[in-house]
Amino acid sequence: MILRLLFTALLLIMVGEPSVRAVEPSERLADPALEARARSLSQELRCLVCQNQSIDESNADLAHDLRVLLRQRLVAGDTDQQVLDYIVKRYGVFVLLDPPFAPETWLLWLTPPLLVLGGGGWLLLRARRRRLDPAMPDLTPEEDARAALLLGDQR
Amino acid sequence: MLVEIGHFALILALLVAAVQGTVPLVGASVRSRPLMDLAPPAALVQFGLVALAFAAFMHAHIASDFSVRNVFENSHSAKPMLYKVTGVWGSHEGSMMLWVLMLTLFGGLVAGFGRSLPTTLRARTLAIQGLLGFGTLLFIIATSNPFDRLLPAPADGRDLNPLLQDPGLAFHPPFLYFGYVGFSITYSFAIAALIEGRVGAQWARWVRPWALCAWCGLTVGIALGSWWAYYVLGWGGWWYWDPVENASFMPWLLGTALLHSAVVVEKRESLQRWTVLLAILTFGMSLIGTFLVRSGVLTSVHSFAVDPTRGVFILVLIALVIGGGLLLYALRAPGLEAGHPFAPVSREGALVLNNLLLSGGMATVFLGTFYPLFAEVWSGVKLSVGPQYFDATFVPILAPGIVAMVIGPVLAWRRGNLARALRRLAPALVGALLAPVLVFLFDRTAPPAALAGVALAVWAMLGVLTDLADRSGLAKLPLGTAWRRLCHLPRGTWGYALAHFGVGVLIAGVVVSTAWRSERIETMHPGQTIEIAGRTLRFVGVTEGDVANYHAQRAQIIVERSGRAAMTLYPERRWYPVARSQTTNTAIATNGFGDLYLALGDPDGKGDWVLRAYYNPLVPWIWFGAVLAALGGLVSLSDRWLRLRLPASRAAAAVAARSVDSR
Repeated sequence: MILRLLFTALLLIMVGEPSVRAVEPSERLADPALEARARSLSQELRCLVCQNQSIDESNADLAHDLRVLLRQRLVAGDTDQQVLDYIVKRYGVFVLLDPPFAPETWLLWLTPPLLVLGGGGWLLLRARRRRLDPAMPDLTPEEDARAALLLGDQR
Repeated sequence: MLVEIGHFALILALLVAAVQGTVPLVGASVRSRPLMDLAPPAALVQFGLVALAFAAFMHAHIASDFSVRNVFENSHSAKPMLYKVTGVWGSHEGSMMLWVLMLTLFGGLVAGFGRSLPTTLRARTLAIQGLLGFGTLLFIIATSNPFDRLLPAPADGRDLNPLLQDPGLAFHPPFLYFGYVGFSITYSFAIAALIEGRVGAQWARWVRPWALCAWCGLTVGIALGSWWAYYVLGWGGWWYWDPVENASFMPWLLGTALLHSAVVVEKRESLQRWTVLLAILTFGMSLIGTFLVRSGVLTSVHSFAVDPTRGVFILVLIALVIGGGLLLYALRAPGLEAGHPFAPVSREGALVLNNLLLSGGMATVFLGTFYPLFAEVWSGVKLSVGPQYFDATFVPILAPGIVAMVIGPVLAWRRGNLARALRRLAPALVGALLAPVLVFLFDRTAPPAALAGVALAVWAMLGVLTDLADRSGLAKLPLGTAWRRLCHLPRGTWGYALAHFGVGVLIAGVVVSTAWRSERIETMHPGQTIEIAGRTLRFVGVTEGDVANYHAQRAQIIVERSGRAAMTLYPERRWYPVARSQTTNTAIATNGFGDLYLALGDPDGKGDWVLRAYYNPLVPWIWFGAVLAALGGLVSLSDRWLRLRLPASRAAAAVAARSVDSR
């Protein structure tokens, strides 16, 4: 009995959540291709009244309105970019979870690659400057194995 | 009465911390043994006093003493006992108490187990830890007093946020804080070493166990938090790149880098300066993480401005800890011994690459987290930085690290041979190239990113297995001998193997659950069925009732496989009248390889309900992987080489015995 209870406890995890969210069946478009585009677009738009949630995840009324709005635009024949532009014009760039590459985000987008490539380049240059002493030969495989044994193959 | 004793103990702890933070420092600089010897007892007394205060605070919560403001605001007499206990750290004041408890615990541990440390190093380390304790205790007493009274006492409390009344979130903070604050001790060691002007293999040997300890706690803490988000947020996501998550992820990334660079210091006496810098920055990130979560600065600049006292206090503390540490580093680091040189292709080289990518990844997360704040302050532009940004920047930075993670351990120290290493890893290489092809044949619509992810996951897992097989001589020796050699591999090796294998398992979970999840969202009437991932879900109906401190609406759903009822699931919605909040409780059935995930949505008022059903393949592997990694850390921690008090003579004897044994 206890085992069974434990097993059930492992099997079923039931816990709290701040009210269920996201796309409602009533909002859905009949055309699956259009609906798929709507879903992917709604993952890129921020719910303005929530903390860091996309309108795809949020159950707020505003998120619902935006989901309906973007579907209306899609049905009207807008491209994805036109839908986003339409919504940005009304709510500002703040709604875009994927920040566009613009002067005010150059720093945001360029720092990571520059940092890693720059850091890697600097390290390589430094390594070339500080060449290993060629007078100190490498261990032979036998010596290597013996050393590993003595050191207990420490990592 | 007990509440006043707790309050008094807290103030006394502050005074002890002041002594601990100053006298041993002076003692170490004038070489006065009695002054230095004050440090360990002071650290133990400080821990004892804080533990007493914490116990008094916990007692107030358990006894539902609503004359204490914090208990009134965060508890209710009808709340289940488990959550009365865990509710202790559910509030701001309580979580700061937990923080300082961990801080003094680590100080006490170093005082208790650090007897083999040189007297001056121990005195200085404990003094720095004392100063950190002083800052935190001052913060608690001045701005967040948990023992604040409320007179006249209210009849009942306001109840804890229902979201926190959950086993996952109940045990998330202790682990997380153990990790966060554990890095305080590596910070103290780093500062002490800078004051001494010496960082060598011995220093790394003392620091590594503490870093491992903290890292394990942080890993488990983050995993618990992500698991909680997964089952609570109702649509199966498990990581949101939310500032609060990033706050814990940044010290984890740097802490992981620290673990690896400390290996180089210990084994090769190289990278000393970088390791000290990492130790300072890792704890700095822990503090910044606390600041992010505690001040509310990122949810909105305005909520921070409403009550800036706490935020400003922590900000000053961060400035002192990081600024002071970096200043000392700038002054002292050039005087530290330069490391031994090594070739770019070597074990050291791979570990440097690991450090570069982990720090680069950390910088990216930092930038993405704070950029909206910077942009708003500088140019007034309100921006959002969502998961798309992190997917596009963080993932490409870390992916080469996964490739290197497998190659590094098979490279020799100082100067390695890449071709030879890849030859040793040939089975893993073949597997990693073959797996995505097989997956593609199975599913022609698989996105390239998912295929690349599968390759990485297989590479990581097979790489570890190949290395283990190689080290035990599976291909060359008789099976029995190989098995014995495998069993006698040092625990440090097993620790590495478990942790790296765990990373592979985690990647598999992430990739497969993201790329191949299925979703059904339907309005259901009683008796209706829907199909998902080869299962039929039969919606029986919804029953209502009052349980403990909430009202429940509970749906019954029968899951059928090949025409037969396999199990029944009960997703529900709960209404907490005291806290006036609604929660939705998912029902998850897992078999270890995939989760059937059900969430009950809104009723339509005509007897129909919205049901959200998901099938998330391999999603449990995300947490299995994290647990394996943490387990690897523990195994490595138990390695006798890392034991703090291992006398040199016994180590030598062990080596001698081993070489005789192998003949």
